[in-house]
Amino acid sequence: MASRARPLSLIAPALAALLLALVLAPLAAVGWRGAGMSLGPADWAAVRFSVTQALLSAAISTLLAIPVARALARRRFPGRSLLVTLMGAPFLLPAVVAVLGLLAVFGRSGLLNQALVAMGLPPISIYGLHGVVLAHVFLNLPLATRMILHGWLSIPSERIRLAQSLGFGPSETFRHLEWPMLREVLPGVALVILVICLTSFAVVLTLGGGPAATTIELAIYQAVRFEFDLGRAAGLAGVQLAVGVIAVLAAWTLTRPAGFGAGLDRGLPLSAPTGWRRWGDGMALTTSALFLALPLAAVLWRGLPGLTDLPASVLPAAARSVAVALASALLATTAALTLALAAARHGSPLMEGAATLPLATSGLVLGTGLFLLIQPFAPPMSLALPVTILVNTALSLPYLYRILLPEARALQADYGRLADSLALHGWSRLRWLVLPRLARPLGFGAGIAAALSMGDLGVIALFAGERQATLPLVVSQLTGAYRMEAAASAALILVTLSFVLFWACDAGGRRAAA
Amino acid sequence: MQKHLLAAGLLTIAMPALAETPVLTVLTYDSFTTEWGPGPAIETAFEATCACDLRFVPAGDGAALLARVQLEGAASDADLVLGLDTSLTAAASATQLFAPHGKTPKTDLPVDFADPNFLPFDWGWFAFVHDKTKLPEPPKSFEALAASDVTIVIQDPRSSTPGLGLLLWVKAAYGDRAPEIWQGLADNIVTVTPGWSEAYGLFLEGEADMVLSYTTSPAYHLIAEGDDTKAAALFDEGHYMQIEVAGKLASSDQPDLADQFLDFMLTDAFQSVIPQTNWMYPVITPAAGLPEGFDAFRPAKSLLLSPAEAQAVRDAALAEWQAALAR
Repeated sequence: MASRARPLSLIAPALAALLLALVLAPLAAVGWRGAGMSLGPADWAAVRFSVTQALLSAAISTLLAIPVARALARRRFPGRSLLVTLMGAPFLLPAVVAVLGLLAVFGRSGLLNQALVAMGLPPISIYGLHGVVLAHVFLNLPLATRMILHGWLSIPSERIRLAQSLGFGPSETFRHLEWPMLREVLPGVALVILVICLTSFAVVLTLGGGPAATTIELAIYQAVRFEFDLGRAAGLAGVQLAVGVIAVLAAWTLTRPAGFGAGLDRGLPLSAPTGWRRWGDGMALTTSALFLALPLAAVLWRGLPGLTDLPASVLPAAARSVAVALASALLATTAALTLALAAARHGSPLMEGAATLPLATSGLVLGTGLFLLIQPFAPPMSLALPVTILVNTALSLPYLYRILLPEARALQADYGRLADSLALHGWSRLRWLVLPRLARPLGFGAGIAAALSMGDLGVIALFAGERQATLPLVVSQLTGAYRMEAAASAALILVTLSFVLFWACDAGGRRAAA
Repeated sequence: MQKHLLAAGLLTIAMPALAETPVLTVLTYDSFTTEWGPGPAIETAFEATCACDLRFVPAGDGAALLARVQLEGAASDADLVLGLDTSLTAAASATQLFAPHGKTPKTDLPVDFADPNFLPFDWGWFAFVHDKTKLPEPPKSFEALAASDVTIVIQDPRSSTPGLGLLLWVKAAYGDRAPEIWQGLADNIVTVTPGWSEAYGLFLEGEADMVLSYTTSPAYHLIAEGDDTKAAALFDEGHYMQIEVAGKLASSDQPDLADQFLDFMLTDAFQSVIPQTNWMYPVITPAAGLPEGFDAFRPAKSLLLSPAEAQAVRDAALAEWQAALAR
């Protein structure tokens, strides 16, 4: 029996090793080509700024997501399901599109400033550290909300019923049910947002306001393009990874399993307190819905006029992107499920690191390193799409892993021994236990992975040949040739396709779980 | 049977001949190869004369080109690199990856330009572009701009060639006074974007009064959109030039074909495609003349540092820029 469980226990470490190799080998290849890795004071200033903005963005996104997720968990209202689905959208926007959407609301001639001026108040400027954090909160608050909402929905209804029969008020419910759940979920949520913000490039540079807002990634651009100093680029990418490792270890130390035990899966929302808490929940929902919907509406509005006048290359590029997205999502889901199930049995910081660090790699160093590694064996252009699929898989896996892990842990704690004693292993365990119980997070995660792989420019720019452009690349080429209206429309198509992929997976998962 | 054998024999002879159509590979920036860029028309025109297969390989934006050449080194499949500018040619020559072209063409460039490794194919003047209806009286110099409350959006010199061009523009115009000019401009700068497209997008969205672009940008709006509200502000100091060049790689396995392409580059078939696809000036004025709007904003004075000067002042100019703007 023990021997039958073995294949999985070998596959997961092999997978983790493969991921670490994918992160470290390109870095080593770049460092190998360079000479020395000395970092100057300007580099350390970039490190400080990167870490500061990432910490602020992660903390604010996570904290603001708690009341929104709680309101969604305990209130039922018309449009709730639409709002939950819409929560996926901002996260899927390509950075430049998201920035333009935000500017339509918060920019110099945006809605907010027009309203302020109309009321006789001075206009505000979005450019600076606060603008960077605002954009990161816009992009990541929905993801955090969805992940925390999964936590709330996973509190077994038996515990909720017990709490109600014991006459728990809101504060006791928080102490005994909600806080343990948050202790399990929040560190992982904050970790993944921190790491993604650490490597954010276009958002930080565009809204940062000037060279004071120099991130590690920009310093890497400078090293590669301005100075062709590959050693320094590798050094900077190494520092970025090290920050990622520290974050992984911190989150590992802070996470505590909630230990609710198994339930019978009868859906039961938390009791919805009345009075000021009702108004509080309403405020949280309305504010977050407006904050997310207004820039999205601007993206839609900007993209509509040019839809009839798109260049012919958009269609094949869109098809290529969808194919890449589906392949990446399938690979990432399989790999993340394998890792999460193994980590739920015997978690280790190494496993956590392998499943998180791809996010902390520098896109430019990853692309450059893969290019250097592939070039001696094959023309890199001939491998453009496989490499894109591989990189997108690695980059979306951390989200999936983070989404699956808490529920895989609960599954192992609640049903692991029962399944073992029933000799439920391998495929049948997957078929009868894992897939049905994890359908909801699997669907959500696969949707996130597919949509991310649609939108991510990643390394395609370094590898793409003449006729291999993906949709994000076409958008960037259009904006590079004055065609802002066509670019806005191509971006709208990109966002719509991402959203449809996301919605199909997410709704599929929710239906299978119901 | 005999016929079949003959046909089979002919086929086997014909097959390798087909496969041996020489391939000329040109490494260039992304926007050159797009369906609305100059690439497709130039490919058709050159292939009609060369009995070869011309392939453009996009390598990201202009700033990424040189890094790509250095990454590939002597193992590169490319025969030519097209799209470097004069702020990069000194560094490019120093890699010793490029071969001399041995040509002395006559061009219509407003300045003298000769480089043993690189031939120019188009050029433009950097300029601040604005909307005439919103900013009817634009500043006439950097100093006037700094003294005004006109807002601008510029590109980062570390990731964008126009950004680097502006750095060299201020340096060429003001020399040791450059830090002072940058300090004056600091409160006019709304933000610094990673590339040209983000900056231009912000300007069109109304985030700034002016954007660093080219004197030919208004011509795009005029010709492609029938919009004559955009204008380029002419500065008294003169305008810095961007000259885009192409060079032959020493490792090329098609050196003769590469030479043939460089000759073709300076003919009307190539040059006449440039204005309305790359929105830059051709280096040899086409027989049909320049399109409408290309003569609307012509600076009286052109500024250009030699490749060696540009290379020499670059790092110090960048440090000054960072110090002045990182308040």
